[in-house]
Amino acid sequence: MYRVMTFRTVLLILLFALPASQVMAGEPETGLPADYCEWELADYAIAKSLCGLAGDAARGKAISSDGGRGNCLACHQLPIPGVEAYGTIGPPLTGIGTRLSEGQIRLRVVDTRKINPMSIMPGFYRDPRLIHRPGKRYAGMTFLNAQQVEDVIAYLVTLK
Amino acid sequence: MMIKGKLSVWLFTIALAAALSVATAGEPRSGYEYIKQATRDMQDDDFENPGLLTVEKGLVLFNAQPDGAGKACAACHGAAGESLDVSKIARYPVHNGNGLVSLQRQISTCRINNGGSPLPTNHPDLLSLETFVRNRAAGEPVNVQTDGPMAPLLGKGEQLYRQRYGLIDMSCQHCHDYYPGQMIRGQKISQGMGNGFPAYRLDIGEITNLSQRIEQCLTLMRAEPFEADSQDSLLLQLYIMSRSNGLDIETPAVRY
Repeated sequence: MYRVMTFRTVLLILLFALPASQVMAGEPETGLPADYCEWELADYAIAKSLCGLAGDAARGKAISSDGGRGNCLACHQLPIPGVEAYGTIGPPLTGIGTRLSEGQIRLRVVDTRKINPMSIMPGFYRDPRLIHRPGKRYAGMTFLNAQQVEDVIAYLVTLK
Repeated sequence: MMIKGKLSVWLFTIALAAALSVATAGEPRSGYEYIKQATRDMQDDDFENPGLLTVEKGLVLFNAQPDGAGKACAACHGAAGESLDVSKIARYPVHNGNGLVSLQRQISTCRINNGGSPLPTNHPDLLSLETFVRNRAAGEPVNVQTDGPMAPLLGKGEQLYRQRYGLIDMSCQHCHDYYPGQMIRGQKISQGMGNGFPAYRLDIGEITNLSQRIEQCLTLMRAEPFEADSQDSLLLQLYIMSRSNGLDIETPAVRY
């Protein structure tokens, strides 16, 4: 019993001490932006849409191939005719709607590092407080806003 | 069925880990090996390589008196820099007992000591002189010191290399250690070596030294870039150059 308690205590200390030490190391703590919607992770998925918004697949398709917004094509192949140059870093997204549920796709777009901490993929709706050294004009921002994320998801689920 | 499925996941994980370790443990390769043939041809042809114009500018400045009154670099180092020690040029950035010194900073100090007024870091004149001097050592293998006072600094530089930055939230290692050879949109990812710098960048159409390249990369990550002459930038440059040890200096390389 004593051993179990110690182990727990150590775990608790680790859990609370780590974020605290990061803050002390000089990370400026900015609050969450007012329009950031909290999301809930369960069973390796985010079941509910961000802020309860409905996505639009056509807009999502445009965001996916736009170099200044989603730019999925930088790393992934997408079944968009006429696109010659795409990345080969991530898996091709053709058929992603068959392989993954909507909630699983949402988690991967929002913050894939909840599944793979070493992933190269940006969290498009990652908690902005976790971003290291954001550019001055990007501080406190997410990569995409909630509506854009939902639009991209609405497009990806159609890729069957 | 279940067991079969799990087994295949394990095999895939092992294969992936093996592939990654091969990719990261490999010999350093110059960015030259990752660019298109047309770009290589451009780099190799002195008339086609736009970076040679900067070398020419540097040569003129090398022979000119700083501010029209001081002592020209050429007065000591020869009109074409022939008495510069190329093996010393290949050592930069160096440790001078007080801290890290980049090649450009050394040139700037020398220039000031000989009657020139101070110029800001990466001033076009300093960049041209840096490109000219580095070009004198083309073909010489990069040979940055890694022991002695450099060892702890390299540790700090490596931390900066492995740190994620900005909204895109990637570290240098994410692209240049894990995915060299893969395509990011239309471009092949290199190992992020420094032997070609200052290099002519086709993307922006300008000669670019390593501190500027790091600044551009961080800006692309939507991060707050390091100041050009900051310690963080120098440490990261040091680590990148130490990774490039053994690769021939290609200044001015041509890169995307």
